[in-house]
Amino acid sequence: MFARSLLMGTVFACAATTGLYAAEPLGLPPVPVPKDNPMTEEKVKLGETLFNETRFSMTGDVSCSTCHDPEKAFTDSPLQFSQGINKLAGTRNAPTVVNAAYMGAQFWDGREPTLETQALQPFLNPVEMAMPSHDAIIEVVRGDKDYRAAFKKVFGVDRDDITIDLVGKAIASFERTVISGDSPFDRYMYGGEEDAMSEAAIRGMDLFRNKARCVSCHTTSQTFALFTDSKFHNLNVNFDSISEGVEELASGFLERKAEGADVDVTVLTDKAAAELGRYTVSERVQDIGAFKTPTLRNVAVTGPYMHDGSLKTLREVVEFYNRGGRLTDEAPINDFQDSGIRPLDLTEQEIDDVVAFLEALTSPQFADVAQE
Amino acid sequence: MTFNRRSLLRAGGGLAAGSLLPLSIVKLAFGDEAQDFTFAFISDSHIQQIKGTEFVRNWDRGLIRAVAECNLMRPRPDFVVYGGDIAQLAKPEEIDHGLDMLSALRYDVKYVMGEHDYYLDLGEYWSKQLGDQYYSFDHKGVHFVVLNSILTYDDWTFNRWSSGEERMSVMAGLDDPRGSPFMVGEKQRKWLKKDLSKIDKSTPIVVLSHSPLQKIFRNWNFWTEDADDVQAILAPFDKVTVFYGHVHQIQYNQIGNIAFHSAMATAWPWPYPGSYAQAANHLPVLTVPMNRGDPFFERDATGWQFIDMHTGRADVHYSLPQNENRVVAFNEKTGRPEDTEFQDEDTRIPPQFHY
Repeated sequence: MFARSLLMGTVFACAATTGLYAAEPLGLPPVPVPKDNPMTEEKVKLGETLFNETRFSMTGDVSCSTCHDPEKAFTDSPLQFSQGINKLAGTRNAPTVVNAAYMGAQFWDGREPTLETQALQPFLNPVEMAMPSHDAIIEVVRGDKDYRAAFKKVFGVDRDDITIDLVGKAIASFERTVISGDSPFDRYMYGGEEDAMSEAAIRGMDLFRNKARCVSCHTTSQTFALFTDSKFHNLNVNFDSISEGVEELASGFLERKAEGADVDVTVLTDKAAAELGRYTVSERVQDIGAFKTPTLRNVAVTGPYMHDGSLKTLREVVEFYNRGGRLTDEAPINDFQDSGIRPLDLTEQEIDDVVAFLEALTSPQFADVAQE
Repeated sequence: MTFNRRSLLRAGGGLAAGSLLPLSIVKLAFGDEAQDFTFAFISDSHIQQIKGTEFVRNWDRGLIRAVAECNLMRPRPDFVVYGGDIAQLAKPEEIDHGLDMLSALRYDVKYVMGEHDYYLDLGEYWSKQLGDQYYSFDHKGVHFVVLNSILTYDDWTFNRWSSGEERMSVMAGLDDPRGSPFMVGEKQRKWLKKDLSKIDKSTPIVVLSHSPLQKIFRNWNFWTEDADDVQAILAPFDKVTVFYGHVHQIQYNQIGNIAFHSAMATAWPWPYPGSYAQAANHLPVLTVPMNRGDPFFERDATGWQFIDMHTGRADVHYSLPQNENRVVAFNEKTGRPEDTEFQDEDTRIPPQFHY
């Protein structure tokens, strides 16, 4: 069960949670912990076990860590779309769990507000773990002697009082320990190590903050950097596939939702509806095609990129932004594109420099993750 | 599931704060609410030609976005009002490019004349493309009147300028002291009186103009010189609502029987003016450029509006990209339009003191 404990140990050692562990890694603020789910060492341990539990899938071979693999910086890189049971593919690229604890909402479209509730959705999604119900999960837990003992110890509950919400709480507690800073950028910016970053990365940081406009959404501050505004933006990634007929698609989706269609299932199984992004949750026309700003930490080892994994390299991503949200000058710009996105006029050298900066955001525990 | 239309619109406006009428969901039971309908209001796009087929990207994007969002509204608005200032300098190229983008609207559009459409050729090209500069029409029991409120004194219009371009450029400056106050003028006021003489006093009246038909701030032409005379013509009617563009900000007011609502611009926001009633006015004299510093989100503080007409009153839903949407609705109890969310002291967004 704890085959990956070595790597986990690294993450643990630097995770600070309400005084349980050492101070946060350089470059991160304290981890926010909800009042109704305080961290304990046992709870985190239970959460990690649940995170790796394959019996929570219909075929018995998929766990959370299938798509959020600790050895791949908690992604399934280099897959474009995540694969659940029977290698069924969803519609989105797996976001990393690393530092998800700081996100204002979970999933690319923010359809779940907390780690606790997020953790419960993939169990049931037909292209992820495909269990028939949360009761089926609870049955597995209640039928396992070790789990019964662990839930008793962590939550003080007997067999019959084990609920799916407690499963979510334990997994969330584990995820709050999966945080990482201490990158060359952090050592340069917050640690005062002037030689922690290359000259190219230092030039790239200046571009990141100014000409390349990255920092407007991938925010940093005087004392820490999360590299996300926790907001949602339409960048013009693959929106072209639904531009034609978007009115019918959007109103059709809302009708299905009102009739009871599950958002989580729909957006992972319906390619067109998936591109509506935040709109599927908020139902605001301003959110059409908008997706959450992801963190940039460890971005060099978590490709491919964007919500649909459509860009393979960081250089491609910077070129995409440099052209105002497209890969070629001929590609269409959709009507709903976020007004922050516009041509940047970066030179080839400047693009390289921005990439060098992004490569300086890798934390030491993920530095060895191979990129294929 | 069948919802009563009214309760649904209420939910869109009041309860689900920030949402812009998410109405697509249910079958609407219109029943006997004959005067109930919605229309959209887009205004002040200021399409500006750089040269040839090159136009200012930012202003183009604002109009494109408003049109695209408007097309997504469910239920569909019955029609769209364009509140004036399609163009920046009234050039045919600018008006045509603007109309080209507006042609993507899947609805009938009613146009209002703005000063940026007018002072190059005194509205000649605009009229060639769009027809009358003032007119009226009836829709589901409501009488709509469109006025050209951006006229001014003949002496200023005809005797002072070496060219239409010069005249236009002076009127295009927000606070250019060489400008001149807007007015509806005697000819249109006479027409208005005659037009309204056939209308029953209980019929709801909606007036569409570019400048506010109330006096707010003369230096910036947030003003109509003969506003009082126009208001007097509207006074005998039970329910009157005036919509105007021009000010690029949210304003609402009640004067007697008349409710006033402004529209957001799709192009850029103006600051709030000092009130003319203040003893001293320390606003800088010159000259506000028709742009602003680089806000990361170009659409910040711009928007468009969706208007819910019911029993002769109007609730205005502001669609504000990157901001919380707002709803200014007529409050039957207080008898005036009020922001549904920010009216109470403790729900207001606190002012910024630290810079």
